[in-house]
Amino acid sequence: MKFLRRCSIASLAVAVMLSLAGAQQGASAETVLKVVMHSDLKIVDPIWTTAYIVRNHGYMVYDTLFATDAKGEIKPQMVGKYEISADKLTYTMTLRDGLLWHDGKPVTAEDCVASIKRWAQKDTMGQKMMSFVKDLVVVDGKTFKIVLKEQTGLVLPALGKPSSNVPFMMPKRVADTPASEQISDFTGSGPFVFKKDEWKPGDKTVYVKFAQYKPRPEPASGLAGGKVVKVDRVEWRAISDQQTAINALLAGEIDYIESPSHDLLPVLKKDANVKLADLNPLGNQYAFRYNALFKPFDNAKIRQAVMVAFNQKDFLEAVIGDPAYYKLCKALFPCGSPNASTKGMEAYLDSNFDKAKALIKEAGYDGTPIVLMHSTDLGVLTNLAPVAKNLMEKAGLKVDMQSMDWQTLVARRAKKDPPAQGGWSAFLTSWVSADILNPVSAGFINASCDTAMFGWPCDKELESLRDQYARETNPSKLKAIAEAVQVRETQYPTHVWLGQWYQPAAVRKNVDGMMVAPVTVFWGIEKKGS
Amino acid sequence: MLGYIARRILATIPVVSVVAVFVFLLLRLTGGDPAAVIAGDSATTQQVAEIRVKLGLERPIGEQFVIWIGRVVRGDFGESFFFKKQVAELIRDRLEPTAALAVCTLFLAVAVAVPLGVVAAAKRGTWIDRAVMGFAVLGFSVPVFVIGYLLIYLFAIQFAWLPVQGYQRLADGFWGFLQRLILPSVTLAVIYVALIARITRTSVLEVLETDHVRTARAKGLGEGAVLLRHVLRNAAVPIVTVIGLGVALLIGGVVVTESVYGIPGLGRLTVDAVLARDYPTVQAVILLFSLVYVLINLLVDLTYTFLDPRIRY
Repeated sequence: MKFLRRCSIASLAVAVMLSLAGAQQGASAETVLKVVMHSDLKIVDPIWTTAYIVRNHGYMVYDTLFATDAKGEIKPQMVGKYEISADKLTYTMTLRDGLLWHDGKPVTAEDCVASIKRWAQKDTMGQKMMSFVKDLVVVDGKTFKIVLKEQTGLVLPALGKPSSNVPFMMPKRVADTPASEQISDFTGSGPFVFKKDEWKPGDKTVYVKFAQYKPRPEPASGLAGGKVVKVDRVEWRAISDQQTAINALLAGEIDYIESPSHDLLPVLKKDANVKLADLNPLGNQYAFRYNALFKPFDNAKIRQAVMVAFNQKDFLEAVIGDPAYYKLCKALFPCGSPNASTKGMEAYLDSNFDKAKALIKEAGYDGTPIVLMHSTDLGVLTNLAPVAKNLMEKAGLKVDMQSMDWQTLVARRAKKDPPAQGGWSAFLTSWVSADILNPVSAGFINASCDTAMFGWPCDKELESLRDQYARETNPSKLKAIAEAVQVRETQYPTHVWLGQWYQPAAVRKNVDGMMVAPVTVFWGIEKKGS
Repeated sequence: MLGYIARRILATIPVVSVVAVFVFLLLRLTGGDPAAVIAGDSATTQQVAEIRVKLGLERPIGEQFVIWIGRVVRGDFGESFFFKKQVAELIRDRLEPTAALAVCTLFLAVAVAVPLGVVAAAKRGTWIDRAVMGFAVLGFSVPVFVIGYLLIYLFAIQFAWLPVQGYQRLADGFWGFLQRLILPSVTLAVIYVALIARITRTSVLEVLETDHVRTARAKGLGEGAVLLRHVLRNAAVPIVTVIGLGVALLIGGVVVTESVYGIPGLGRLTVDAVLARDYPTVQAVILLFSLVYVLINLLVDLTYTFLDPRIRY
């Protein structure tokens, strides 16, 4: 009895102390949204790196000339009006009124031209666009022209591209920083101001509402429309441990987890104070990348055989498991996007081992082992390589699967050494669908030999089709070119696409208004009560 | 004594130098490329190569080492590849949470483990002794992260008494500071308590059988006085030794505990830096840890002279 009484007194004391502490915290009327993003922010120059967390940071602090809306259409964002000349060689763009940098100075056309130039040095699509550009001309404080050498349909899609590297606008003094160096001035004109003094990598990144930001009048849609901020402050908390982040969400210490791991979703579903939200309907796409430089994948027939031996379900089941979070999709470009098609895919991705064996025999496979890099530390990738190994072995290929952490894989995939001497033959990864919507932006389709992404495929026909896509100005003809790219990919595979998967976000029930977009953004979000 | 301290401090130079060479080479020989990590997944080979040049990673390893060690001698640990901040500044920022966690854990562990060990020895063969030893075995066997998650589940999720994660600086309020340290300290202290309690028990048992204890009892001294005045002081040398050696255990445990509780300390910094191959940061943190370890051992050696006047340097 005495013991129970002591326990009650102790509990009461603890409760009183905690409520006092809570009352102190609650004294502030500021609305703070506490978020755990997929990674900690370490680099803050979204042009210098393609890392997604830095891109997300970019959307907080900077604005874009154009943006992709929820339907995948490109809409003006900082641009108020734009005109395309009759010969389609001059784009005249005028900034809308009231755009200000975070230091209170107005955004000018000169700033935008400098920003485009810096971005285009780094971004693949930007480089392609600039290959068509004759000049960038500042007309007046708010107007500039993009003058082309020849027609291209790339200008608006490049300036409104949703994912890395996004052409974020920066003041001229910042945009004049060489693209090979990181910026050190973080003045933007976006809806949030980056609090550099409160930024503690490994702990938290803080943004506050930019009170002078002038949203567009249209409702927000995707990454376009009015970016109306409804919270005073957003804090990205660096919690690297998934279980801890989930516990913190359940306890109400944080409001939002961008990428909770799939195996922990059942825990979240059971809690009445938490909801799951699928904010990126296009999701992500798994990919198996070949190294086309060395045996056996220097032979297109063996690459075809792998495509015949694979099936998407085995991969998606092994990693995601719950069919609610994956989709079988034989299209090269993500299902649900304008270029999605199944043309030419009838004979592929059905695990037809007899056909795969026949192709391998026809190719004269000499038993060279495939060095398959297996990353072990990223939950969404770990189980992919064992499935690939199993399916390739069933088709009669020899596989040497080597396990390593993701960063080791990232370093090794850049090496052009032969697989037996520290190089590689294949690895698996995942793309955010927004990055691979067309043949120009999809990095793995680039088959320009030495200048292509790791794997270095080399195919004139694919390159010619990509070029054709870049030059096409009639939107209705783009899909046919994309389909031709897909058909060519089945003859000269640069990679195998292994289906789409979706990453729900987990949020407290009192948080609403999250934008459905390919990037996690924080305008429109409301937080009611606690 | 002063001469001894000076000699020991000088002896840290070769130890830390060996650690410096070892860490530098180990990092370069391990797979991974910071430039590729910085460049991001969609970067081209050319972009990665440009960043490598920018970071000075294209230079021969020998040249990189000479540049780095030259800076370290001048007290400059360089700039982090990722954070674009001076490594010294990063370490300064992260020192408080780790130091607070370590001190709290040490205090808690000693305060609990020594009495437990003494009681277990005094009640040798009874259920109390078996319970303490059973706890010690359990403390050794259960991984730190399991203890951490269990405590979070009980005290943060079920009872909602304490926060799940995070750290509050002492300057921002004592209660918040303490509130966030309780669970991590208890988590980290478990293994330490197990270690110290076990050694205390063994050491006390040894002293209990000596002649001077029998004499003390024969004089009519109470058991408490015997234990405190005559036994514990004589049993202290091995206990202090194990506390010192256990600092290595503490450093390892801090890394895991800080991850489980989302504490932005040196442990987390080390893990993040290793995963990202942030060479300057990893090198500086390991050097710091080795220096701390060497100095704590010196402190332990010096403590012996206070505990046992027969020990002279």
